[in-house]
Formats: sequence, C-alpha cells, structure tokens
Amino acid sequence: MNLRPDPTFHASPKLAMQAPVENYAFTVMLSPDGSQSDGIAVIDVNPNSDTYGQIVHQVIVPNKGDEFHHFGWNACSSSLSPLTGHAFLERRYLIVPGIRSSRIYVIDVKEPLQAKIHKTIEPEELFAKTGYSRPHTIHCGPEGIYVSCLGGGGEDGTDGPPGIFIMDCETFDIIGQYEMDRGKQDKHYDFWWNLPQDYMVSSEWGLPPQFENGVVPEDLLSNKYGHSIHFWDLRARKNIQTMDFGENYQMALEIRPAHDPTKSYGFCGVVVDTTNLQGAIFTWWRDEDGKWQSKKTITIDPRPEKPENLPPLLQGFEAVPPLVTDIDLSLDDKYLYVACWGLGEMHQYNVSDPMNPVLTGKVELGGIARGTKHVNGKDFAYGPQMVEISRDGKRLYWTNSLYSTWDDQFYPDDEGGQMVMARVGENGGLELDKDFYIDFPKGLRSHQIRLEGGDCSTDSFCYPSV
Amino acid sequence: MPELTSMAALWGAVILSGLYHGINPGMGWPLAVSAALMERRHKAMPKALAMLALGHFLAMIGILLPFSLMIFLVEWEVQIRIGAGLLVVAMGVYLLINRRHPRFLARVHPARLALWSFLAAMAHGAGLMLVPIYLGICAIGADEAGHLAARALMGNTVITAFGVAAIHTVAMTVAGGLIAVIIYLWLGLRFLSKTWFNLDIVWALSLILVGGFGIYAASFGH
Repeated sequence: MNLRPDPTFHASPKLAMQAPVENYAFTVMLSPDGSQSDGIAVIDVNPNSDTYGQIVHQVIVPNKGDEFHHFGWNACSSSLSPLTGHAFLERRYLIVPGIRSSRIYVIDVKEPLQAKIHKTIEPEELFAKTGYSRPHTIHCGPEGIYVSCLGGGGEDGTDGPPGIFIMDCETFDIIGQYEMDRGKQDKHYDFWWNLPQDYMVSSEWGLPPQFENGVVPEDLLSNKYGHSIHFWDLRARKNIQTMDFGENYQMALEIRPAHDPTKSYGFCGVVVDTTNLQGAIFTWWRDEDGKWQSKKTITIDPRPEKPENLPPLLQGFEAVPPLVTDIDLSLDDKYLYVACWGLGEMHQYNVSDPMNPVLTGKVELGGIARGTKHVNGKDFAYGPQMVEISRDGKRLYWTNSLYSTWDDQFYPDDEGGQMVMARVGENGGLELDKDFYIDFPKGLRSHQIRLEGGDCSTDSFCYPSV
Repeated sequence: MPELTSMAALWGAVILSGLYHGINPGMGWPLAVSAALMERRHKAMPKALAMLALGHFLAMIGILLPFSLMIFLVEWEVQIRIGAGLLVVAMGVYLLINRRHPRFLARVHPARLALWSFLAAMAHGAGLMLVPIYLGICAIGADEAGHLAARALMGNTVITAFGVAAIHTVAMTVAGGLIAVIIYLWLGLRFLSKTWFNLDIVWALSLILVGGFGIYAASFGH
C-alpha cells in the first residue's frame, strides 16, 4: 500500500499520454513443445541506455508446459475511481497465466532487473474455485483482477461454459466466477469495458479442442468457431445483449473499446471471413435507444498465391488469408493497428471517425509465402502478431508467434521468436526502426508485450480526456 | 459559562468532522468531478454533490437516531456514553487491523451516487465518529433542561440528531465541493491524484481518538 496513488495511475487517457515514457518492456517467452520452461523477458527500451534493445533479465518459471500467452497488471489507472477503494495499490505485479497448464504466476517487477516470482496459483485451485480452465486475458477493475478463461471444467475444458473469474487484487486469492447470468455466451476469448458507463464486452475464439492441437479445418469451414460478441452490465454481472456478426465471421477476437470513457464505441477484429478469406474489423457502438449495434468498417483482402508456395492447410484455397489476429487502439483513440499475421503486414488506420477508418500506414514483415526481411536484413519468422503501442502513441512494438500449434500449421518451415519496433510519423505512417530487433533465446517464441507503467491494452480510465 | 464553551466546542467538532470527511476522496468528491466531465455539463457537478450529501446525511442520521432514542434511559446516560465510546474505539481498531476495502462497494452502479455515499459512510464508520460528539451535546442539553419530562427530552435529542447530521453534512459538502470545483475549473485532472492521500490509518486513529474522548467525557464530566 502506498500513501499516495501510484504515479503510473492516470485519471484520463490524455494524462497517461503525457506521462514519462517506458524504460522497460516485458515480453512472454514460450517453449512451443514444452521442452523448456517458459518465462518473462525484461527488455531495455530506453534508447539512452547501453543495453537498449536487449533482454536484460529473465524470469524463468520452475515448471514446463505452461505455454504463456497473454498477461496483465495487478493494478492500473482504474484504481483512481473512488468507487472501488483501490487508490493506493501499487502497479507492481504481472499476472501471468499458463494457457495450457492453467497455472498462474504472479511476478513481482518492482525492480525490473530483479523481477521474480511472488506467488504461484496451481491449476487444481483454479479448477476447484472457478470451474474454468485455460486462463487468458487479465484486466484490473472494480472488484479486483478479472481473468477470462478459454476452457470450462473437465480434462478437455468442455465441461460447462468458459468464462471470467475474479481474483483479489491484494492477496491474489481466487474469489470465484464473475457471471451471474451469462445468457448465450458459451465460448470465450477477450474482454474489456468502460468503467463509468458500466458496460463490458467479451468475445469468442473456440473451445479447447478447437485450438489446443491446432486449428481444426473442418470446424473452421463449417463455421464452428466463435462469431459473436457479448455486452454485459459490468457490475450487475449480466449479459444484456449478444451480437452475432454472422457465422462466416470466424473468430471474433480482440475487443478494443475507445479509451475515453465518454465514448460508447469500440472495435473487434475478426480473423477470417470464411466466404472470401478476408480479415475484418467491426465497429460496435451503442445507439440512442441503448441498443448495441455493429458494422463492418474494415476489410482486408487475401493475396492469391500458387499452391506449391503454401502450407498444406491453405493449398486448396490458392491464397494467403490476412489472418487478423491482434488489434490495438492508441490512447487518443486516433489510430487502430491491425496485425495481419498471414499476409505479414502491420496496418495503421486513422479511426478518428470510427465508422470510416482510413488506411494511413503499413509495414511488411514476414508473411506466408513472402517472408519479408526486416530493414536490418534479418529474418522475421511467421508474421506480425501481438502488438503494443507506447502510451504516447509514438512507438509500436510487436512480436511474431500466434500460438504454438497454429504457428506450425501456417508456417511449417519457420521457427524463432522476434520482437521489433516501428515509429509512428507525426501525421500517421509507420516505419520500422532498424536498430530495434530482438531475437529470443533458441527454442523460445514470443507473444504478448507489456510496457512499464502501462500501455494501450491494459489501463482503463475513469475520467475523460479534456 | 464552561457549559457554553464546551457546547460551542462540540458544535465546532461537528463542523470540523464534516470538513474532514469532505476532503477525504474516499467520501466521494472525485465522483463529482467525474460526473461533470462525463456529462460535459457544469450542472452535473452540483447534482452529484447533492446526491453524495444525501447519502452521507442518511448514513449519519441512521447512526445518530438510535442513540437519540436511547437517551430516553436517562439514568443509564453515563453507561450509554461509555458503551458508545467503546463501540467507536472498536470500529477504529477494526479498521486499523482490517485494512481491506469492502468489495460490495465496487458493485454499486457508478450513477447511484447517493446509495454509494451511504454505503461508503456506513462501511467506514463515518457516522460513528459523530456519536461521542453528539452524545456530549445531548448531555449538556439534558443538564440545562434538567426537569423536563422524558418525552420532551427525547424530542430535543431527535432534533439535535438532525441538527448534528445536517450541519456535519453541509460542512462535508462545502469542503468536498470546494476541492471538486477547484480541480474541475482551474487545476485540472492532474491534481486529482496529487491531492489524494492515504487516510486509512489516520481515519482509524480518528475513530479511536473520538471514541476515547467520548469515554473520558462521560466518565469525568461532559
């Protein structure tokens, strides 16, 4: 407990943008076959430092086979709401779930160079207290730390629907299931919210048998992955509306609400439209009657390709699907970044008018049957995937692995973990920084990135930017 | 004359405790700033402050009224005052040991400010802090009224309870409102987190102090 609010808590997104920039990044390292332990890499991102762009510390966990994926902070700017009474928490711990083992590590990063494991929650405890498995997205909010899970109970995670559970934000004890009325929600992936407006939005990937051993082509072609998003009364814990994008919009993944809490809209990325292999972004918003609406506002076309250049999975289609696997919105709600993991492209859209996004920048790197090299001449395995924006909106960091078994299906010849950075132009545009290129230790891949002091997919704000 | 001085001191304590509650962000003034910014209307701020005040007032009166009825038992006055003091000390000790914030407060809809303010005041023992002061005022009042019938005495104490709760709430609203207006109109949101201090321990100690004062006053005079 602090005597003053943590200096990294900001009342509004605008104040967060003006705060001092990040000195460290924390990035997941995962062993795709479980032969090594997973870990968190602490990366120096201070350009004035001698170790700039290097892994300066590693927290390696004692177990194997956890498969790290997403992770998040124990506390963020949401603590500045007097409603919750959490104003004096420290932003100090990273909550890191193993998506395969269902084990959760709480890592103390107060001193980034001496980061260490603070607490481990064993899978049995998670199963017993929540009935869920495969923990994924982390957000800190009104009642503590919220964690979405991709699996329900049982060996293969299909015994009961998956959902969100709540953890105590001080002791990290698991409190229990979040949902009181889940409505039609039977799959899970991401979630986020608008705290003052008291709504939450959640999304769907698929059930564990649909992803753990790789994408199941028959399920994809018969539209059995998630294609709906759910709107919730956040504090009443009730699903108030389920919105089906249409069954061809397979895998509605990342939810990115506008950061400014006066706004009632946001975005959701769809991996693939099975009718034409396009990637898509939907804008969702609340209309004047309080009903939630959505509209497809961005489409990204597949690229025709000779079958012999394609992995077996795609040969029948003679095309490279864009595969929109991650999106991220800058804190000023101006730019939406879209990772096209199949094409090997990072797109930047100006979404000042959320109904009419305009493509303003693009970087090509990696990609199926293309493998564009980095501007420094080095290889980039797979394609641009997990993306994180600095709070000031000037730097974009991303890594390359989607998910162990899926990497191997879409990129059977690639291996390795990389993290790169691109700089955002004064009036938009995106350019790779040739001096920032991290090659992860052999045998390890990389996934989500968190920035010291918060970033554009962690903090929730309780006061508007004025 | 000493009667008058201690009476004035006790009413002064009612006002001071109001100012003290008002500046504590935990009693809600940042919500008034947020309301005005969210609705983009200046008018939203006085409305939010009024809701917070209503909730706080109800929490105060909800605690004071039972005590005002108990004063009916005139012969037990000292025991009641000592018991009340011990209760307030106990609440302070409890808050000192259990430093966790009640999670149910986080379940209140952010627009239900009066409800939230009521629950927050109850959970933090804000009303209890007034009890020893209030009982002190009643004791002096009872001495002066001396020969009055019990029924009339109780009428007096009920009126006093409303008076204490109202003046305390006005002082709280003025203090919190002033900070909210200054931040909203001049200083800006950056100062919201700068003016926020962790008062948890001070708050718990205040309860112990006020409770201790109540016990002392009941045992050795007013």
